[in-house]
Amino acid sequence: MNLDALVIKKLSKIYANGFQALYNIDLKVSEGDFFALLGPNGAGKSTTIGIITSLIKKSRGSVKIFDTDIDKNFTKAKSYVGLVPQEFNFNTFEPVREILINQAGYYGIQKDISKDNAYYLLKKLGLWDKRYQVSRNLSGGMKRRLMIARALIHKPKLLILDEPTAGADIEVRRLMWDYLKEINNNGTTIILTTHYLEEAEKLCKNIAIIDKGKILENKSMKDFLSELRNEEFILYTEGKFKMPLNLNNFNINKIDDNSFSVIIKDGFNINDLLDILTKEDIKIKSMKNKTSRLEELFIRLVENNDKN
Amino acid sequence: MIKINNSQFVAYITIVRKEVLRFSRIWKQTIIPPVITNVLYFIIFGNLIGARIGKIDSYTYTDFIFPGLLLMSVITHSYTNTVSSLYISKYHRHIEELLVSPIENYTILLGFITGGVIRGIAVGIVVILVAQLFVTFTMQYILLTVIIIFLSSTLFSMCGFLNGLFANDWDDINVIPTFIMTPLTYLGGIFFSINMLPDVWREIALFNPILYLINGLRFGMLGVSDIDISIAIVIIVFFNVLMLYLCLHYLKLGKGLRT
Repeated sequence: MNLDALVIKKLSKIYANGFQALYNIDLKVSEGDFFALLGPNGAGKSTTIGIITSLIKKSRGSVKIFDTDIDKNFTKAKSYVGLVPQEFNFNTFEPVREILINQAGYYGIQKDISKDNAYYLLKKLGLWDKRYQVSRNLSGGMKRRLMIARALIHKPKLLILDEPTAGADIEVRRLMWDYLKEINNNGTTIILTTHYLEEAEKLCKNIAIIDKGKILENKSMKDFLSELRNEEFILYTEGKFKMPLNLNNFNINKIDDNSFSVIIKDGFNINDLLDILTKEDIKIKSMKNKTSRLEELFIRLVENNDKN
Repeated sequence: MIKINNSQFVAYITIVRKEVLRFSRIWKQTIIPPVITNVLYFIIFGNLIGARIGKIDSYTYTDFIFPGLLLMSVITHSYTNTVSSLYISKYHRHIEELLVSPIENYTILLGFITGGVIRGIAVGIVVILVAQLFVTFTMQYILLTVIIIFLSSTLFSMCGFLNGLFANDWDDINVIPTFIMTPLTYLGGIFFSINMLPDVWREIALFNPILYLINGLRFGMLGVSDIDISIAIVIIVFFNVLMLYLCLHYLKLGKGLRT
């Protein structure tokens, strides 16, 4: 039977300066989930993560991690969690391998075991050759990977990633995505916050959107994306493109001689358009979504919340 | 009742190892300076000025001031180690490595105290070795000497820890050593016996806790003291217990660590 990896009930946070960052939020993340917690800057994502990981003290509410209440047995609850914070927060004067072994030690893992864990993670994340280098000499992408390795050194059941790929190039991001998918498939529950919405769309099964300290949406990624009524695509044609007739149901804008954008309205689908184009003898070479579907929904939701 | 399990012990050893490696890596900043400072004290105060002062309690002036100088080195470095290590880890945010881990507060505190004690005692040993060139080394009561050095070191490691918790910027970690510790240490009888002071100043000096540490150690090493040794031990233990309570209390509150 699957446990809930995380259950948050009526969680509030009021900082010492009187600013309320969270308003009675409820959140549930199932075991094995790959969960996106999205929101604009200052929405309350990092506060929520801070409370889960004990870096921030909650004002009200309860947090359970694998059925362990953080108020009743914080050390046990924390043993389940691995955190990749937003900013680099390792000792930049320590060598890479030592950072991992020390972190394992804080979780009560003996050095002979943590050495093996460190070997596996450093190999897996392409840092083995840098194991004796002090961490300040690593590139930005390597530092990001080191943060992930450090969070995984004690084999946590719940991995929390607070913008883990910020500033990383696409190659590093893809390597991280592959690895995160792999560990999720192996049973690790993952909570991800990111500003790269295509990253969340690609990786996550469920999603919550938070803004101004309140949860605006919390559902499966599939259900959330299905709320998108109109989708905009860019299509690339073979040869020069001339505007065809009978496209009243589609809003078409020519970009150049070989490409155009089209908005598919609710009730139609891309096949309807392709049928018409085929009849008009317009051959499509390739096509893509103009913007991330998730991005579109996210912006809409946050803008509506601002208006309200 | 605190139950220490194996995980907490491993975490404790990890913190201690990390602390020792930290100050060992920068040994030129942490171990060598007290050697130079003490050599200067021995030459200037001990030999040049001390020769004109003559004997105190039947010891040469250099021998008389040695326990105080030794204690000053031990407590200063115990204090500095914990305050700087804790504040730097707060400043660079790698304290979060500890805070997110399942480590009990007492383990964190014990790890930092041990790091401070090891550095304080390491510096003390180096000072003792250097002092062989200038003083006639005596130790009347070995066990008492060891206990006084150890408890003084734990006390000032905890003071440094508390300062580190409260410190919000670099100035804050220098205020206590500069404006409180140094004056109290110099006025605590390193260079003089309080019996040499006028009555009023003698009474005031008795409110200085460092006086009891210095005289405790002087009694352990030389067998002479301005105050009753049992009172000195009670006061040292009392301040250790008080600081232990304050450190654990503020750690539990998350002072300076958790918002």
